[in-house]
Amino acid sequence: MFKKLAIGAAFALALTPAASIAAGGGEQHIEDFAFSFEGPFGTWDQHQLQRGLQIYTEVCAACHGLQYVPLRDLTALGYSEEEVIAYAAENFEVFDPELDDFRPAIPTDHFPANTGVGAPDLSLMAKARAGFHGPYGLGINQLVKGMGGAEYIASLLDGYTGEEKEEAGSVLYENKAFPGGWISMAPPLSDEQVDFADGHSNSVEHMSEDVSAFLMWAAEPKMMERKNAGFVGVIFLTVLSVLLYLVNKRLWAPHKGKLRKED
Amino acid sequence: MSHAEDHEGTRRDFLYYVAGGAGVVATGAAVWPLINQMNPSADVQALSSIRTDVSGVEPGTQLTVKWLGKPVFIRHRTGAEIADAQQQDEEAVGNLPDPLARNFNLNPDAPATDANRVMPSPEGEAAGAWIVQMGVCTHLGCVPLGDAGDFGGWFCPCHGSHYDLAGRIRKGPAPENLPVPPVEWVDATTIKLG
Amino acid sequence: MSGIPHDHYEPKSNGEKWLNSRLPIVGLLYDTLMIPTPKNLNWWWIWGIVLAFCLALQIVTGIVLVMHYTPHVDLAFASIEHIMRNVNGGYMLRYIHMNGASLFFVAVYIHIFRGLFYGSYKAPREITWIIGMLIYLMMMGTAFMGYVLPWGQMSFWGATVITGLFGAIPFVGEAIQTWLLGGPAVDNATLNRFFSLHYLLPFVIAALVIVHIWAFHTTGNNNPTGVEVRRGSKAEAEKDTLPFWPYFVIKDLFALAVILVVFWAIVGYMPNYLGHPDNYIEANPLVTPAHIVPEWYFLPFYAILRAFTGEVWVVQFASFITGGIVDAKFFGVIAMFGAILAMALAPWLDTSSVRSGKYRPMFKWWFYLLIIDFFALMWLGAMPAEEPYATFSLIASAYWFAYFFVILPILGVIEKPLAQPETIEEDFNAHYGKADADATPAE
Repeated sequence: MFKKLAIGAAFALALTPAASIAAGGGEQHIEDFAFSFEGPFGTWDQHQLQRGLQIYTEVCAACHGLQYVPLRDLTALGYSEEEVIAYAAENFEVFDPELDDFRPAIPTDHFPANTGVGAPDLSLMAKARAGFHGPYGLGINQLVKGMGGAEYIASLLDGYTGEEKEEAGSVLYENKAFPGGWISMAPPLSDEQVDFADGHSNSVEHMSEDVSAFLMWAAEPKMMERKNAGFVGVIFLTVLSVLLYLVNKRLWAPHKGKLRKED
Repeated sequence: MSHAEDHEGTRRDFLYYVAGGAGVVATGAAVWPLINQMNPSADVQALSSIRTDVSGVEPGTQLTVKWLGKPVFIRHRTGAEIADAQQQDEEAVGNLPDPLARNFNLNPDAPATDANRVMPSPEGEAAGAWIVQMGVCTHLGCVPLGDAGDFGGWFCPCHGSHYDLAGRIRKGPAPENLPVPPVEWVDATTIKLG
Repeated sequence: MSGIPHDHYEPKSNGEKWLNSRLPIVGLLYDTLMIPTPKNLNWWWIWGIVLAFCLALQIVTGIVLVMHYTPHVDLAFASIEHIMRNVNGGYMLRYIHMNGASLFFVAVYIHIFRGLFYGSYKAPREITWIIGMLIYLMMMGTAFMGYVLPWGQMSFWGATVITGLFGAIPFVGEAIQTWLLGGPAVDNATLNRFFSLHYLLPFVIAALVIVHIWAFHTTGNNNPTGVEVRRGSKAEAEKDTLPFWPYFVIKDLFALAVILVVFWAIVGYMPNYLGHPDNYIEANPLVTPAHIVPEWYFLPFYAILRAFTGEVWVVQFASFITGGIVDAKFFGVIAMFGAILAMALAPWLDTSSVRSGKYRPMFKWWFYLLIIDFFALMWLGAMPAEEPYATFSLIASAYWFAYFFVILPILGVIEKPLAQPETIEEDFNAHYGKADADATPAE
C-alpha cells in the first residue's frame, strides 16, 4: 500500500519540471506542430532544414546571430563540403584577430553573432523556450507533447494578428504566442518572401515551420545521435534487468520457501 | 522451485555467464565514452585541413600560415631561384646530410631532389615555382628565417642550421630536411593543407 | 568491525599472510562485503546502492566534463556549448551529469523517507542518521554550485537569490554575503570559487559516505521489522541474516538496472525536461527572468523559505520579542534550515519504543500525510508567491514542523503498538515460508 502509493507519487513528482511553471502568463496560444524530428524515432527532414537555413540566411540573419553554431556542421543538412565552403564565403564575414580585419567566413568559423539591433541570438532559442506547460504547473503536457521550443518559435512567427500599438516610443505588434501578447519584433515573414529551389510552399505558416525546424537543429544538432544512444541503452538495460532478475531469483530460491509473497 | 535445482545446474551456470557477460559489456560501453572524450574534438579535427588563398603571394615572397598549431612556409620561387635550386640539386644530391625527400605526398624512401621537394605547379607556371614545408627546424623546433643562411634558403637562428632553396639541411646541427606536409591545389590559387 | 558475529577473513597462503600482517586491507574489504545483512530487507533498501552509484557517476562524468569546461564568465556558457557540439560524446556526458543530479536527489529523498518510516534513525543508529543528514546538506550545496557553472540566466539569478539568504542574517549578513560572492554581486570570482567547491565537495561526500557505512556496519542494518538481529552466537545470527555478497549485491544491482532504464530513457529522449529553458540563455546581470524557480529538488524547502512572510503571526511575534532582529526574511531562512534540522533531530524527538512504522497504527497515517505534505510543498515551491499558494505553503510548512516537534513526541506516548515478530527469521518465514535449504549459503 505504502509502497505503491509512494512509488506512484514519487515518479509523478520526480518528473515535475519546475521549469514548466516558468514563463507562461497571458493568454499564450502555442500550436502543436507535427515536426518530423519528434518522438522516439523521429528524424530530421533534411529538405526542411535546408529550407529553414535559407529562410534564416535571407531573413532572420539580418538581425539575429547564431554564434554557437559552427558553419562546418552544415554538412549535417546534406550539403557537401564544397557547398558549405561556398555558402560560408558568400553569406558571412567574420573578424579575424590575426588579420585584424574582416574576411569571408570559412567552415571552421561559427555563424557570426549579431547584436546590432539588440535581437537575441538564435543558437539555442529552440531550447530556451518551452511551448507547453501545465496543467497546474505539473509539466504533464511536456511529457505528452515534448518541450515545444520549436513549436513556440513557429507559433510566434505565425502568430501575428496584424494589430500594432505604440508604447514609450516603440511600436509593438500583437502576437498570439508571445507572453503578454505584444512583441517588439515586426512580423518578419510574409507570404512568398523566400523562393525555394524545391518549389515547396512559401506561405508564412510553412516557412515558420521550416525555420523552426532549422533552429531546433541549430540548438540540438546531436538530437538523433542522442536518441539512438537512448534507444540502444534502454534496450540493453532492459535485457540486463531481466537477466539480473533471473539471477537474483535463482540466488535466493534456496532461502525462500514455497509460500509466495502476495505483492 | 528449489527441488529442480539439480537438473538446472548447467542452465544456471549459463545464466550466470550470460548475466556476467552483459555486465562486462555494460561496463565497457560505459568506459569507452570516458576515454573517447579525450580524443580531438570536432572543432580541432576541423582544423586538420585548411585552405589558403595564395593568389597574393608574389614570386620571391613567402607566406607563413598556421596549420595544426605550427607554421607552414609557402614559398613562391622566382625563375632565378628555380634555376639556383636546380644548380644546388646538381651539387648536393648524393652528399646531403639527409638523403630523403621527407615529402608526405611521396613515398617515404623518395630521394631528396628538388623535384621531390616542390609542389606540382598549377597550369601556366614553371615547374618548381611553389614549395611548401613545415616552418619548424628539425633540430629543436625553432622557426627558421626565410631568405637567409649560406644557401639562400632558410636559416635557423637558434643553433645555426642552414637550409637550401629546397629546404634541405646543408649545414648545422639539424638532422633532417624540413618536412613537406600533405598539400594539394584545390584550384589555381588555393592550396589545401592536410 | 561489525557487532554481528560472523566469519572473518583468514589469510591462508604465505603471500596473503605477508600482506595481512602489514596492511589488513583484504580483511577489511572482506568484512565490508560479507557483512551479515538482515535477510528480510525489502525493496526500499536498494536506494543506498543507487546513491553510491550516483555519487560515482557524478564524480566520473564531472571529472571528464572539467577537461572541457572553462570557469570564466566570458567563456563558461560557450564552453558548455563546445561540450554539447564538439567534444566526442560530450552531449551525452553533459546530459548524464545534468540528469544524474536529479536521480541522486530522487534516491536520497526515498532513502530518507524510508529511514523515517522504518525508524532507522532510532538508537543505536543516531550517528548514521546524522552523517546522512550532513551528506544531504553537502549534496544540496554541491548541486546548487554545480547549477551555477553553465552560467545561464537561472544559474546567475539562482546564485543571486540563494546567496541573498545569507544576507538575511542579522548584523553580519551583508559581510558574509560579500565574502561568499567575492564582491558586491555574483561575478567571475563567484563562478571560480563555486567551481572549485563543486569539484571538492563530492570527495568530502565520498568520505562521509564511508563514515556512514562504517557507522551502520557497526550497529548492523535496520530492517522492515525494526527487530534487531540476534547476536548471541554466529549460528543464531546466521538464521536472521545472509551475507551482503552475493545476495544483496545482486538484488541491488537488479534494482539499479531497472532504475537506469528509466534514467537512460530520460537522458536519451527528454534530457531537458527537468531543467529550465531560461538556462539556455547566457547570464545577463541586467535582466531577471520572469520566474526564478530552483531545481525541483530544492522546491520543498524553498516553499518553506517563502511561506513565512511578514503577515504571519509567528513571524511578527518573533520579530517583537527579538526587538526586530529576526525579520521575515531571516525567519524564512531559519525556517528553511530548521526544516532540515528537524529531520536531523528525529532520533530524539521520536519517543516511541517501537522502531518500524509497520507496527505503529497511528504513526502510519501521520507519516503518509508527511509524504503528501512533502509533495505539496514541492508543488507550492514552484508556484508564484501569491494567493492561494501562500496560505497553502504556510499550512504545509506548519505540518512539516508539527510532524517532527509535536506529533512524533506525542505519538510515542499515546500510541499502542501492534505485536512485532520475535525474530527476523520469523518475519522472513512468514513471508516466504520455511526454506528447504535453510540457512546454508548456496554454494
